[in-house]
Amino acid sequence: MEQVPIVKIGQTLFVSIQVELEDQSVLRLQEDLADELATSGARGVIIDITAVEIVDSFIGRMLTMIGSISRLFDAETVIVGMRPAVAITLTELGLSLKGVRTALNAEKGLEILNGRP
Amino acid sequence: MEADTTQARMASYLRDHHDKVIGRWSELVVAGLRGRTSAEEVRHELADLYSLIVRVLSGADDHAAGELRAALDELSRARARDGFTPTETALEVFSLKEAVYELVADAADLVPEFLSLSHMIDDLGLRTIEAYSAAREQIISDQALAMLELSTPVVRLWDGIIAVPLVGTLDSARTQLVMEKLLETLVATGADHAVIDITGVPTVDTEVAQHLLKTVSAARLLGAECTISGIRPQVAQTIVSLGIEFGDIATKATLAGALALALQQAGLKVVPVLWSRCRS
Amino acid sequence: MAELPIRSGDDVVRVRQQVRVTAAENGLSLVDQTKLVTAASELARNTLVHGGGGVAQVEALRSPNGRAGVRLRFTDEGPGIADIDLALRDGWSSGTGLGLGLSGSRRLVDEFELSSKPGEGTSVVVVKWSR
Repeated sequence: MEQVPIVKIGQTLFVSIQVELEDQSVLRLQEDLADELATSGARGVIIDITAVEIVDSFIGRMLTMIGSISRLFDAETVIVGMRPAVAITLTELGLSLKGVRTALNAEKGLEILNGRP
Repeated sequence: MEADTTQARMASYLRDHHDKVIGRWSELVVAGLRGRTSAEEVRHELADLYSLIVRVLSGADDHAAGELRAALDELSRARARDGFTPTETALEVFSLKEAVYELVADAADLVPEFLSLSHMIDDLGLRTIEAYSAAREQIISDQALAMLELSTPVVRLWDGIIAVPLVGTLDSARTQLVMEKLLETLVATGADHAVIDITGVPTVDTEVAQHLLKTVSAARLLGAECTISGIRPQVAQTIVSLGIEFGDIATKATLAGALALALQQAGLKVVPVLWSRCRS
Repeated sequence: MAELPIRSGDDVVRVRQQVRVTAAENGLSLVDQTKLVTAASELARNTLVHGGGGVAQVEALRSPNGRAGVRLRFTDEGPGIADIDLALRDGWSSGTGLGLGLSGSRRLVDEFELSSKPGEGTSVVVVKWSR
């Protein structure tokens, strides 16, 4: 099982998913993020999926859940770097990832978290 | 196995009269194709087919039949590409019968052999027609795809604002292409606003609306906001009467209106330039 | 044809990788590859979670007019699906994990065949063609 590292910079937690995750790792990430949010008081989460080639319903659900969890801690989550092929597939699957913001890259993701349009 | 020996006899007859038959066959084919191919090439192609046919008839090896089918398919595809009709290609095959018949016409004892060859050639000729259709269909679908590509431009209206003017019907194939190009352009330009203009889309029914919604949904996953522009009065009425909901997607009558909205959302404003009276 | 066991989460990852390779080798576009691998992920997970484990078969195909394609078959000997219509209906993403991901997968592929009987396991066959 892979443990995805969570990096805290200022008020934001950064997660970059670089490898193919199987279900246990996905669940582990969710738990770790919940822990970090609770203890660090971070106001924002950026999950970078630039390197992710496949987002199926399981991972999609995880991303939405992380969004909900972060809101419980008064933080906002932004998913960045989704690949076009992945976006098209998710749309076909009927997953809109409601409840999480999205952005093209981490920089734009930070702009969203910092309140700029 | 009477059939086999009949065929084997035909095979050896064909082998014995190789040059004569191929020569006559080539003549007939070149005449049929009315000078649009070189006699050299034709003779070469026919010689290849001939030896494959002989191998199949003699029952010598198992691969011959497959190779013969492949060679015929390739011939059909080539003729289709060069603009020959399926009849012309089929006649090419059928003229082998004529060439052989001219030689055996007087030999009564070769009737069963000839009949067997005739049946085989009939099948081969029909096969070329099927292969031809398949080849034409492939060409048509390739061209359709090319046309689709050409009619789906994505343009940059301003920093961070791109537009996709759609012209023509929006079916699922088109939608796929639009989504791909739109998303790729979003990534390439770093845009965060896309205007999808449907002025050129003749009818907007439930299916088209679903395609539009899918496109917007996909763009949003890349963090872009979308506006649909070019809603003509009739289209607006159709949309409402069909009960189509665009939800939280902004819609505008004109591309200009959509651009203004996008600029506003980007925190930009267009103001007149005041020329200073004093030039120095 | 490749046959892979589905007995763990790691197996699901292996199935994805095999499908990706076969799809790429058979000329599917990037988007089509992504769709097929995603469908495979859904179906493989179903086999594991709802079917109690099973087998995936990945096969390259050629249509009569020469088009290349990929066929996937997922079989398990689990409890089977009692109400197939219900399972295939949209709204599968109930969020509680009960969704079977079947209707979604169906939209990602060109051909979809499901056979299942309670007590007799489930078999799903999907095909995606190159364009």
